[in-house]
Amino acid sequence: MKTIEVPALARVEGEGGLYIGLQDGKAVEIRLDIYEPPRFFEGFLLNRFLQEVPDITARICGICPVAYQMSSAFALENALGIKVNPQARALRRLMYCGEYIESHALHIYMLQAPDLFGKESAFELAAIAPDVVKNALRLKKIGNEILKAIGGRSVHPVNVCVGGFYSWPDARSLNDLLTELEWGLQASIDCAKWAMTLPYPELEINYEFVALHHPDEYGVIEGEIWSSKGLKLAISEYETGYIEEHVSRSNALHGHTIDGNTYLVGPLARLNLNHEQLLPNAQKALKDSKLKLPLINPYKSLIARAIELVQFFEEAIQLVTDYKPEGPAHVELNLKAGEGAGATEAPRGLLYHRYKIDDRGLIQFAKITPPTAQNLPRIEADLMAMAPKLVKMSEDDATRTAEHLVRAYDPCISCATHFLKLNVEEVR
Amino acid sequence: MPTSKPTVAVYKFSSCDGCQLSLLNMEDELLDLANAVEIAFFLEATRASKPGPYDIALVEGSITTEHEVERIKEIRSQTKVLIALGTCATSGGVQALRNFADADNYASVVYDHPEYLHFLKTSKPMSDYVTVDMELWGCPVNKAQVIEVIVSLLNNRKPNLPSYPVCLECKRRGTICVLVDKGIPCLGPVTVAGCGALCPTYGRGCYGCFGPSRNMNFESLSAITQKLERYPGEAFRLFRGISGYAPDFRKTADAIPSTSKETK
Repeated sequence: MKTIEVPALARVEGEGGLYIGLQDGKAVEIRLDIYEPPRFFEGFLLNRFLQEVPDITARICGICPVAYQMSSAFALENALGIKVNPQARALRRLMYCGEYIESHALHIYMLQAPDLFGKESAFELAAIAPDVVKNALRLKKIGNEILKAIGGRSVHPVNVCVGGFYSWPDARSLNDLLTELEWGLQASIDCAKWAMTLPYPELEINYEFVALHHPDEYGVIEGEIWSSKGLKLAISEYETGYIEEHVSRSNALHGHTIDGNTYLVGPLARLNLNHEQLLPNAQKALKDSKLKLPLINPYKSLIARAIELVQFFEEAIQLVTDYKPEGPAHVELNLKAGEGAGATEAPRGLLYHRYKIDDRGLIQFAKITPPTAQNLPRIEADLMAMAPKLVKMSEDDATRTAEHLVRAYDPCISCATHFLKLNVEEVR
Repeated sequence: MPTSKPTVAVYKFSSCDGCQLSLLNMEDELLDLANAVEIAFFLEATRASKPGPYDIALVEGSITTEHEVERIKEIRSQTKVLIALGTCATSGGVQALRNFADADNYASVVYDHPEYLHFLKTSKPMSDYVTVDMELWGCPVNKAQVIEVIVSLLNNRKPNLPSYPVCLECKRRGTICVLVDKGIPCLGPVTVAGCGALCPTYGRGCYGCFGPSRNMNFESLSAITQKLERYPGEAFRLFRGISGYAPDFRKTADAIPSTSKETK
């Protein structure tokens, strides 16, 4: 039997390994081993005060802390029956623009692109294409600067609270970003063109795509959960359609639909389900790319990310231009017992939270379903589909092509291993 | 300066990735840094790796499994200067909140197949298992401090890191004291500086993510915080937060009378 073994996957977030056993032209065993240790977030959230939750859940992921903060905040606001004011909502979208820009630029150029150039890292890529890497770093920095302007820092920003924001960011520090944002819009349009020229491995999969959909904007916060198979659920109904299961070899839960099928979340799902909501420049980038939708090659997630980069630069420019902080940055909380769900689109896909709180605002129950847990069974199924091609390759090529497939998903392994519940400190 | 470039290895233990991301977030310095040192092992950034020994290891995350205990010992044996990077590495991190869970309650842990999992009952700083040469606090670390530490090592000098509390950063920024002016509970007086006093600047109290500053009057701040509580148990939860397993914060939270903790 031929095997492909990658004990420690490089250029992914978190700690995971890969094992593929191949026989007679087929994969007989595929394992994506997640050995990132569990951290029990849903356990120690219990009995915390609701306003502490966004600061704690941010720590699930250093690359997409905003998505964790926001899904928590929306879920808890739903539990209290409150809505943030429209400018705070717009500012939350601007934070997402920042997070998507930094996360996508990191992934496109530093995590996935080296595979497409046969390089081990962006450092090696910089040796042959210095301008590509310099532009990548500049793009990424703009995303981080947006987060810094709104939340003080790009990793675990401090300004998001249940009810809105602790305070309005300074309009001048946002306006100062406009020049770089304009540059970034053009650079991301170029990035989308460049993305079309890269040599992706061939693989086409008949996915079930699942993403948030919003009729008036590219779905990121609020809206409905849509599936390409036609299922449309309110966010509060998510668990009636999708469940997570604990499998033996993994420290992460694996998600599937209620019918037991795998499904895909992330940039391909969003682009395929929501391309009509893209802003004009992103629409044009999509049209110019001559891509046929649905895009069903997982390696080409990079192209979907590039088109989303255009989208989020374009949206960021609008949101900064329209920024008018007025009145209080957050609504006052009237504590009451309740339950609420929230879902947002993290850069790597749908992120769902549900909480129960008591009348003192203390967390009684927490459930968090991260995007990577939903995608894990899909990654394994894709590797299975790729196996006939892998067997024909040299060991080195097969290993790289399999690793590349995993990386194209932008898996966030720290996120996927958040789960498990335990009783935290009983206070006397 | 040595003639060959110093080798640097970057590792991740139980954590969110945010501290090693701070390395990749050095957009203006990253390529220069990659030229000044030899990045010998950095799994998140590169497939290429070189075997040890290494001159410098930057290690993110806390120790939460037997396997991680073995790994940190191995890394220690391969490394000249071991730097604990961030609050997980220096205090056990937010996941160290499980250290306070009643061990007996593990039997009632709610999950499908506990037998699939292997983990220690505690999340601890790496200094509990190996000698650490330098600690850099922060959740996440401030990348300017990471650069300062690397540059100081390359130049054989002591890094210039603050030992004073966040209060001084507020004064320097001209931020009005949220505790005195608005009565908002704030750990700034006892938390080590380094973040730039972000939370008070946004009108909220510091929640101590850079860990305790040395030799501060924790008792006094605890007493004040208990009087300012906006919800029952706020003072206790503030000290028992992101850096809650750091000894000074741990003891301060423990000393809060049970009646002032969350009452069930």
